[in-house]
Amino acid sequence: MSIQIQNISKSFGNFQALDQINLDIQTGELVALLGPSGSGKTSLLRIIAGLEAANQGAILFGEEDITHISTKERKVGFVFQHYALFRHMTVFDNVAYGLKVRPRKLRPSKNEIREKVMELLKLVKLEAFADRYPSNLSGGQRQRVALARALAVEPKVLLLDEPFGALDAKVRKDLRRWLRKLHDDYQITSIFVTHDQEEALDVADRVVVMNEGKIEQIGTPEEVYENPNSPFVYHFLGNVNLFKGRLHNGKLRNGHFEVDAPEFSEIENTEAVGYVRPHDISIEREASQDSVSAKINYIHLVGAAVQLELIRKDNGDYLEVELRKEQFRSLNLKTGEEVFVKPQQLKVFIPQDYSI
Amino acid sequence: MAGNVSLQYSTAPVQASSSNSEPRLVRWILITLALAFLGLFLVLPLVAIFIKAFDKGAAVFLEAISNPDALSAIKLTLIITLITVPLNAIFGVAAAWAVTKFNFKGKSLLITIIDLPFAISPVIAGLVFVLLFSAHGLFGQWLINHNIKIIFAVPGIALATLLVTLPFVARELIPLMQTQGTADEEASLTLGASGWKTFFLVTLPNIKWGLLYGVILCSARAIGEFGAVSVVSGHIRGLTNTMPLHIEILYNEYQFSAAFAVASLMSLFAIITLIVKNFIEWKARKSFESEEGAH
Repeated sequence: MSIQIQNISKSFGNFQALDQINLDIQTGELVALLGPSGSGKTSLLRIIAGLEAANQGAILFGEEDITHISTKERKVGFVFQHYALFRHMTVFDNVAYGLKVRPRKLRPSKNEIREKVMELLKLVKLEAFADRYPSNLSGGQRQRVALARALAVEPKVLLLDEPFGALDAKVRKDLRRWLRKLHDDYQITSIFVTHDQEEALDVADRVVVMNEGKIEQIGTPEEVYENPNSPFVYHFLGNVNLFKGRLHNGKLRNGHFEVDAPEFSEIENTEAVGYVRPHDISIEREASQDSVSAKINYIHLVGAAVQLELIRKDNGDYLEVELRKEQFRSLNLKTGEEVFVKPQQLKVFIPQDYSI
Repeated sequence: MAGNVSLQYSTAPVQASSSNSEPRLVRWILITLALAFLGLFLVLPLVAIFIKAFDKGAAVFLEAISNPDALSAIKLTLIITLITVPLNAIFGVAAAWAVTKFNFKGKSLLITIIDLPFAISPVIAGLVFVLLFSAHGLFGQWLINHNIKIIFAVPGIALATLLVTLPFVARELIPLMQTQGTADEEASLTLGASGWKTFFLVTLPNIKWGLLYGVILCSARAIGEFGAVSVVSGHIRGLTNTMPLHIEILYNEYQFSAAFAVASLMSLFAIITLIVKNFIEWKARKSFESEEGAH
């Protein structure tokens, strides 16, 4: 089932939670709504589920306008951050709930319900826990029950609100792999909300980056990570170094750096900021053209990559650089040494406030 | 006027390290003081009621509580309780539901109004109905024309009791439902359940211990209410006397043993209520703890 979000706006009192959101989601896609808290991502998800009403705009499931249809009729599966399992019911009864509350005519027989529930519990690997109560399960198990419960009603759309937000790092990683696999097997259109960029980039087919009630960028994880279209997306997706300087005739001048910015060849003498990812800065022992000397302030060795903090000699700015382990070993770098750095890939943005 | 004690889910205090605890002497003095106070002002009067009730032997006691006037007072008290408690339970659930699950204008005003019966004297609560429904009251003429009796009759007593006991259930449920939030109900809706099914299958089981606790407190007050009922009842023996009013009349007529006999019966009700209340607190704490584990 495809989802069309047309011109959705929502405000709570004076706070504009969503401002003219337009978004198309294809059948079978797994989309992440990514943004900081207060960016409106959860509001958007709740509006899609019908738990919240938009002030204006429309939501279409396939061809059908469901803007004014109640949550009960929308046939969405919703997974809550804190599971929202019914604590007075066993795992089995939780999963069976959506089938049991159907009107008599549409309700499957007892045996059919049992079969279906056990099949789902098997899918989430909890068939041995059918008679337990939610309080006797771990966080990861509870979230799997919540997912099985949502899937029991065979939803056309699966909506997940920070589904792994309350879990610890290891379980989180397992569960999101598992969600990806589940999605690949079932091909159900899914939207999940997260503030964790790693999670969004790891799991989703497409990432929708949101900020202050607006969509900043939509794209595949690779697109949004490699080609952020705004300073916000640069900041939000991963670490970034800032090169504040002046833009003149297609060159950004910053300290002793002079970097080409051909797309701005028309612009003269304007304040601008260059954005460089830590792994897009190279470190050399020898000085070369356009390189700047810097002192190694700190080396962080944990993990597959090596993180270095450097202080530039020309203007005293801090730089964050990421090297692969082999590179780091062959350069034989030590804290306090002086090296030469050079940005390999840099994207220039003119800050909005200075643009006029 | 009776303060409302909210259902507390206190867990056992953390075992203090011995280096931080008070010296033995201080502890003993404090405990002795507390026990002496309780004994003097609570246990002793209670014991006195029972001693006084059997002062002149069991026969007098039995006579006092099987006297037709006493029996009718007991019956009326039970009727009033059976009318007011279910009504207030329904009102309490509805009000708590509205306050905690929806946002609307005048919400804080509603909460304040629910508390009003705690703030005003029960005598005033009774007088309000006299002003409205007595022969010279606002609706008095209309009621006389239609031959409806409210003041100095059972409906008036029920109304006064209803007003005085109004906050108990709502006050108990509002904080409970606030902590529980709306996620469970929303989950139920997304699974295709109707509002009614959501209420009976999800909300009600979640609040049942709080609701029972509120009902117990409400019943205790409905049985014991004196001030408001005294104003509207008219003290007609065998007709509009509730147990507390009956006790007062007996006492004023110097029938001390009979007064204390009925009083001992009421105290017995109170003690039973307390035991049930404690049982519910214990059950509620257990379900709260398992719920704590669920989050």
